[in-house]
Amino acid sequence: MHYCGDFRTTYRKDMEIFQTPFVKVCLAAFLGFLLVLPVLKLKGEYLLKGAYLWILLQILIASIGAVGINILTGYTGQISLGQGAFLGVGAYTSAYITAKLGLSFWVGIPAAGLVTAMAGMVFGIPSLRLKGLYLAIATLASQFILEWIFLRWESVTGGSYGITIPRPSIAGYTFSTDRSYYYIVFAVAIVMILFAANLMRTRTGRAFMAVRDHYISAEIMGINLFKYRLLSFGISSFYAGVAGALFGHSLKYVSSEQFNIEVSIIYLAMIIIGGLGSIIGSIFGAVFMILLPKLLSVVTEAVAADYANIAKLAISFEHGIFGLIIILFLIFEPDGLAHRWKMVKAYWKLYPFSY
Amino acid sequence: MTFQYLLQLVISGLVIGSIYSAVALGFVIIYKATRVVNFAQGELLMVGAYVCFAFLVQMHVPFWAALLLTILFGMVLALFVERLILRPMIGEPTISIIMVTIGLSLVLRSLVAAVWGTEILVYEPKLFPQEMVEIAGLPISLEFVWCFVLSVVLLVVFSVFFKYSKAGVAMRAAAFNQQVAQSMGISVKHIFALSWVISAVVSGIGGVLIGNINGINSSLYHFGLKVFPATILGGLDSILGAALGGMIIGILENLSDGFCKTYLNLSGVKEVAPYIFLVIILMIKPYGLFGTKEIERV
Repeated sequence: MHYCGDFRTTYRKDMEIFQTPFVKVCLAAFLGFLLVLPVLKLKGEYLLKGAYLWILLQILIASIGAVGINILTGYTGQISLGQGAFLGVGAYTSAYITAKLGLSFWVGIPAAGLVTAMAGMVFGIPSLRLKGLYLAIATLASQFILEWIFLRWESVTGGSYGITIPRPSIAGYTFSTDRSYYYIVFAVAIVMILFAANLMRTRTGRAFMAVRDHYISAEIMGINLFKYRLLSFGISSFYAGVAGALFGHSLKYVSSEQFNIEVSIIYLAMIIIGGLGSIIGSIFGAVFMILLPKLLSVVTEAVAADYANIAKLAISFEHGIFGLIIILFLIFEPDGLAHRWKMVKAYWKLYPFSY
Repeated sequence: MTFQYLLQLVISGLVIGSIYSAVALGFVIIYKATRVVNFAQGELLMVGAYVCFAFLVQMHVPFWAALLLTILFGMVLALFVERLILRPMIGEPTISIIMVTIGLSLVLRSLVAAVWGTEILVYEPKLFPQEMVEIAGLPISLEFVWCFVLSVVLLVVFSVFFKYSKAGVAMRAAAFNQQVAQSMGISVKHIFALSWVISAVVSGIGGVLIGNINGINSSLYHFGLKVFPATILGGLDSILGAALGGMIIGILENLSDGFCKTYLNLSGVKEVAPYIFLVIILMIKPYGLFGTKEIERV
């Protein structure tokens, strides 16, 4: 998208992620705001109360996971209904390493990513032969198989009791509060999202998109389908693993029902609502899907005082509202929030002389 | 492991498998005609079971009337769903269609939970006689026999319908090639609606049957997930495949559960076994036993 007088005269300029100084300044300001937000105080109290901080933390974690599944589903076109289970693999790996082996969090997180990447590649093997619907069903099966393993492999996963895990510490300082842990998640999220944005400009990323757009043509042009599909599964699962591990450490507890099929659906909904094949869309989707249940509960609480029956119905219908929103988005806004965001930007760029 | 035990596993697997077959049949009908992968098939079964429960137990309607009303309700529901949700999605990519049916499943599930709650409800009076009969020296409840027979009847009726009736042939034509079918004077829109109606009715009847045997609760939609192993095994677009696939998966999950309990001391294999079979089938024979092999050209 061009601003007036901004001509991109070199390929390097054209390839930049952040195109203009204005965008860079805005982004830096926004990140700076996110950086100081948790420690801002107003009259001795934190501006961002504990519950809101927790939401922000979960949004960051979900963004990592959503970017991961978008690499696989949005960019490479391989539908995955197993993201929830892969988050679980990451969370259990990190939990096992930190709680049972007693190693550090700083080993646990990368290990979680790598182990999940391996698991993702194993369950991605069917993608060599399958596509679209068949792959969706295969990943659905992997979701159930992994969930079952979480519940039954008691020596590692603690079975239905789950595992209690510690928060990270470095050089004697423990990130025990949500407020300090936020900064770890923030740093990891920034690094991983930037990496994903950059990945899409490389040969690998372009190969992913070629596989998505027409896999037979891609193969004819010399793209090794098997390699890039597996790579996509691997990278995507790496993101899922890291997100899952961060999630586990944020709750300080890991159990199998945190990673059921509903989580997979939520993550798939994130990228559909946010926008398939868009990094910023994944983040929008994560914000939307994390905020939605909170907003719903706020609304039901507000209504509960006057209309107890409606509130009761609304609580039991929470999942239904969630499903309804997915349906409405797919029918009326199939390109997701990222597309809407682009339209809004385009409108304001030439305002008020949009003709 | 005695032969007796083995036989018992096979027969109870066959009964539960016949329900899988009915649901898989509904799934295949929709997939065959409209290429929509319906993740809400289990929810259609659940809605059928609950609506029949409402008529039969809560409103004291006689069974035949309750069944008819359930079928009617299923038809209306299917027409609404097809017109309002699936029609706008024609031509969208697979992932959107999968997602929209998942959204639909969430809506139906919570509607049922909002109306009937989540406790187990039992059909009262029971529809089928409870006596035991001996088959091959094995005592089997007569309601299982009924359930099995009714499922088989359902499957035969629809196989015949697709093979010989005008509407059935039109549906097959639309499944084969929509444009050609349209130019032959077949209304593809009506075919889409019809396939949803049939599918909802078949699943609803499956729901009534299972409600009779096990009672109904909010986890009834799990049957919908067993559709995938069944249909993949049988071939996604084959009616006969759905029928056989459902029964085979029912037997296989019971057998593997029995074997793992006896020899490996491992319980709960039942929940996961169908999916392991699913992955194996996808790896070695992705188009199933009777499915059409898709050939792609650039």
